[in-house]
Amino acid sequence: MTSTSTPSRAADGGALRPEVVHPVRTGRAPRPAGRRRVPVAPYLFVAPAVVLFVVFMLVPLLYTIWSSLRAYRIELGTSVLGVRVDRFVGFENYAAVFQDAELLASFGRLAVYGLIAVPLTLGLALLFALLLDVPAVRAKRFSRTAIFIPYAVPGVTAALLWGFMYLPLTSPFSYVTEALGWGPVPFLEGNGLFGSLANIAIWGGVGFNMIIIYTSLRGIPTDIYESARLDGASELQIALRIKVPLVVPALVLTGVFALIGTLQLYGEPNTLRPLTTDITQSWAPLMTIYRDAFLTDDLPSAAASSTVLALGTVLLSALVLGIANRKRSEAAS
Amino acid sequence: MTAVETRPARRDGVGSVSDRGRGGRSGTRGGPGGAGKVLPTVVLLIGAIYCLVPVAWVFVASSKSPGELFTSFSFAPGTGLGANLAELFTYEGGQYLSWAANSLLYAGVGGVLSTFVSTMAGYALAKYSFPGRDAIFFMILAGVLIPGITLAIPQYILLSEIGLAGGPLSVLLPIIISPFGIYLSRVFAQASVPQEILEASRLDGAGEWRTFRHVVLPIMVPGMVTVFLLQFVGIWNNFLLPFVMLSDEGDFPLTVGLFTLLAKGSGAPALYSLAITGAAVSIVPLVLLVLFLQRFWRLDLISGGIKG
Repeated sequence: MTSTSTPSRAADGGALRPEVVHPVRTGRAPRPAGRRRVPVAPYLFVAPAVVLFVVFMLVPLLYTIWSSLRAYRIELGTSVLGVRVDRFVGFENYAAVFQDAELLASFGRLAVYGLIAVPLTLGLALLFALLLDVPAVRAKRFSRTAIFIPYAVPGVTAALLWGFMYLPLTSPFSYVTEALGWGPVPFLEGNGLFGSLANIAIWGGVGFNMIIIYTSLRGIPTDIYESARLDGASELQIALRIKVPLVVPALVLTGVFALIGTLQLYGEPNTLRPLTTDITQSWAPLMTIYRDAFLTDDLPSAAASSTVLALGTVLLSALVLGIANRKRSEAAS
Repeated sequence: MTAVETRPARRDGVGSVSDRGRGGRSGTRGGPGGAGKVLPTVVLLIGAIYCLVPVAWVFVASSKSPGELFTSFSFAPGTGLGANLAELFTYEGGQYLSWAANSLLYAGVGGVLSTFVSTMAGYALAKYSFPGRDAIFFMILAGVLIPGITLAIPQYILLSEIGLAGGPLSVLLPIIISPFGIYLSRVFAQASVPQEILEASRLDGAGEWRTFRHVVLPIMVPGMVTVFLLQFVGIWNNFLLPFVMLSDEGDFPLTVGLFTLLAKGSGAPALYSLAITGAAVSIVPLVLLVLFLQRFWRLDLISGGIKG
């Protein structure tokens, strides 16, 4: 039964598949099995992924770009009131994106938030990973597990927890400062919001990134450290001169993911909105995009802003990866 | 012993010498006396406390009655735990339980399907060479960089065109494709599936599917567990996609459900207690799952994955 459906049992009839039989008889020739002729199997294996990719990523992407180049216009037709038509307008929506002060301001807020959240998340993750790798440190498993726990808490739930930590009536921090006569900490007002929102992202991201970097550290053969120690290097020197350069690939990867995550900020500020009046409906770009698409029914604007946001994300990530690659090839040469 | 596995080939050096050991003597030689040992421990413990404080708070707060929530000190336990739980599980006819069941459904079924699709694709991209392979792989890699969340709105519009938006399928279908999962599966297949074993299986007369099913899949289990966990947690934590897609509160997962409770809370503060208790209860199973499954992760896939 099996041999009928599969042609590979051609051991004696070598003519059918000589190139498979030969290397096995003579020993080993390093030859990928699929190279015999155009095979069917790999296409079947990748088919579900490719179909889903096309339907749920490529088509929505092209659809977004397509609708970003169009706009709804009221045109005088045969009826007196005019009809709403959907027509091609080129880059008009993009021009509008870059002239929309509120949208530009939200990109600015996102940048400030990202400049706080991304470096601190990565810096703390690297610090904790290096400390976990110091031989004499105590209570390692407890610290590692505790720092990792926020990974299992959804961003929206994290925003809920921290929201109450920020809210003057329930905040333990404001409780202390009020007891000291300083009044509540302005977590949810004005510029305090940037730190408060960034803190939620840092809290949620530091543990996972720490584990990635720590795993990378554990993959380094320890004899490198032994010889450095014999040469009289301190643990700090070993960490900075040997360990950090060796985990740069892990840092780059976590950096890119942190960046992509940052630019998708949506759930956290949206969750905090009931607790403060300082988060508007257009605080973050994605909030504006959501509003345009669903509340004000201005899909072309939403599509243009989406494209700018996605393109910005891809360009920034590619830039980080490109710089990292160049640095690495420079170091190698 | 260690929760995070390191690559087997390199384990010999580190191996069983875990947290505790690894050249304990050198601590005194390197750092400035006792400080080299105490300071790192203290910094790590501060980090641990920082991460635990909000979680500890939500459990304490879930014991407070709505009146106590805004009047007693944050970490003073209250008297309303039983009432809060009863209220939570009976709210709107047990809606919280159906949110939990939905989260489990989306994350569980979505995670399993996504893992299989990723594993098959990753294996094919790693172990076969066929026309179009590099183009497909490049496309997948580019997909890793696309912020998935910006696709939620066009996905919604396109799914409404074919009448699928609004129901559970609209949340399940888009999350099955995971470019990063495919990428990880490819890395894992490349590193762990020997070409010889494929040749041997084919010579034994096994077809490509049989070889995949009986030879490749067992080898790829650790990679699959990793992809599954990443996907499970990712879907469980997802907010915007179900928020955009779903119209019926009965279909909401926990994230969207808790969000609506909190949003309604600004008008009815009693719902704050409900949202807090709901958050506390929802954290427990996922933390347990992640802690339990940590040991099966092969995160070196990610940390070393970019080398190629």
